[in-house]
Amino acid sequence: MSMPNSSHEPNLALHVEDLTVSYSSKPVLWDIDLDIPPGVLAAIVGPNGAGKSTLIKTVLGLIKPAAGHVYIYGKPYEKQRSIVGYVPQRSSVDWDFPTTAIDVVTMGLYGRLGWLKRPGKAEKQQAEEALTQVGMQDFAHRQISQLSGGQQQRVFLARALVQQADIYFMDEPMAGVDATTERAIINLLRNLRNQGKTVIVVHHDLSTVTSYFDWMLFLNVRTIAQGHVNDVYNAENLRAAYGDKVALLNQNPLSQNPGSALEPESTP
Amino acid sequence: MSSLGLQIMLVGALVGISSSFLGSFLVLRKNSMLSDAISHSILLGIILTYLVIKQTTGPLFIIGAALSGVVTVYLTEFITSTKRVKNDAAIGLVFPALFSIAVILINVYARDVHIDIDAVLFGEIGFIWLDTTAFLGLELPKSLISMSIITLINLAFISIFYKELKLSTFDEALAKALGFKPILLFYSLLTLTSVTAVTAFDAVGAILLVSFMIVPPAAAYLLTDKLWRMMAYGSLISLGSSVTGYYLALYWDVSIAGMMAVMTGIFLILAFLLSPHYGLIAQEIIRRNQRFANEERALLVHLFNHETSHHQNEENIVTALQEHLMWNGERSRNVLMRSLNENLIERDGEVLNLTLKGRAIALEIMQPWQKHFLNETNLNSK
Repeated sequence: MSMPNSSHEPNLALHVEDLTVSYSSKPVLWDIDLDIPPGVLAAIVGPNGAGKSTLIKTVLGLIKPAAGHVYIYGKPYEKQRSIVGYVPQRSSVDWDFPTTAIDVVTMGLYGRLGWLKRPGKAEKQQAEEALTQVGMQDFAHRQISQLSGGQQQRVFLARALVQQADIYFMDEPMAGVDATTERAIINLLRNLRNQGKTVIVVHHDLSTVTSYFDWMLFLNVRTIAQGHVNDVYNAENLRAAYGDKVALLNQNPLSQNPGSALEPESTP
Repeated sequence: MSSLGLQIMLVGALVGISSSFLGSFLVLRKNSMLSDAISHSILLGIILTYLVIKQTTGPLFIIGAALSGVVTVYLTEFITSTKRVKNDAAIGLVFPALFSIAVILINVYARDVHIDIDAVLFGEIGFIWLDTTAFLGLELPKSLISMSIITLINLAFISIFYKELKLSTFDEALAKALGFKPILLFYSLLTLTSVTAVTAFDAVGAILLVSFMIVPPAAAYLLTDKLWRMMAYGSLISLGSSVTGYYLALYWDVSIAGMMAVMTGIFLILAFLLSPHYGLIAQEIIRRNQRFANEERALLVHLFNHETSHHQNEENIVTALQEHLMWNGERSRNVLMRSLNENLIERDGEVLNLTLKGRAIALEIMQPWQKHFLNETNLNSK
């Protein structure tokens, strides 16, 4: 056990040790050990029910683990809130909520404002800049239900960008968006990585893992494999994570489009 | 207008306004029925508190009675968290149980207290003048003063925690991740809902409160895309319902609180029909315009596809529209007239030709990649 004031693994962007999470009696995550170095674009990959979203939510303190601990740049999440950005699944909120795109982006700044302080001109300007970064400046005052799925996802990204975090957690940011938006999003994530930030993404499309990401984790309730994409993305680990569903991959484990052998994953 | 009437209308409006502030968040959280549950179960709080402290007014009484509303919410959440019963069913289990215990307790212990079942259900807003007190030299109904105070408290709560409430309602996970306390806010909101229900109990009773708390925000929701406007419009609708409900109740000689509740419903129906964006009529107009636009586009695409073929003189003529696009005479005539009016096509004897504008639209539909590639790097293309 580390001393209360000292840092634990400060050289790692994310350090997870012996993490177990269970709903009622069934473990959802089982003794997860995970280390992600700073400055990488990392994918969390695994089948439905593998616990990918649960892992992110537990890291962010939204779910209480049964055992284990999480450190972000050497400190528990509660002390690092201001350097962590979060993009939840798009389907996790009600898009009929009476509010505008710029208002949603401004919410990313609420953490820095703290209790009671209201967003002012400076916050509005930062939100506008973030919207411009994702190409949504013309939609700032649109009611959010009038935006397409891809546009809503960009608003969510802008809300995380405005936090100017050092480490980002994103839950399926490319689920259900069109090809143009997907390309825009991956360019944005690469930019963040090139600025030295760490970006951790729950990703569902195996066909793009190798081209998009440089670090990855295969997850299926337990840690299957983690490390550089080139070292980890192979048929053996795919089969360990997905089971028989990837039988077809045997013939050509690193084909252009291994995802075609899998059932498309839907967002829960 | 008598000052008595004014006082009754004011109490009605204040019940609606104080409730609309809170109700807006309940509607958006999809917790509308919690307000109904609370307004029923506070009867148990009222009777238990009365049995303990032997009075039915004052802050102590209100807090004691309001506790039962909070207990209702807590029990409901607890039953839901077992995952054996869904949330709406849990509400249905909890409040009738507490309400029926209250009814039995009234029968057993409070026979000598005058508790009229009509008053319990619908309140006695018409009789608020029976219980008055001196305030700033004026003899005012107690419920007018207590409703004014609770309206100010609710307004203060919403103003102070507006940002936190908005974030917690829209995205509870982010609120928690950013270090706010969405659960605590939720319980504070419902505590105030209980306090409001207890305070308004004398005026509107157990059943009608839900129509003051939920219906005005629900109507306002149809009228605006901004949260603070939803609360403002909800308050205006409450005011309107109170005034019109009072006069109609006098005119027809019916229950004042009942008529006010009916009026909130009338305003909801009006909003449902007439809202500029989400109303039934506006939606119908939008649908009709879309159908018209699609018919015109179908015509343009048809003309475009046969433009260069040698069948042009067979396909792109007025009579062919009826045979090929299966539009009857009137429909094809209307589509033609609209397309000609909007300068999308022109007529050359029997043959129909695309104008430049019409061809541009057809191109956009048939060969979208041409535009798409140009805008590939531009994020605004979609």
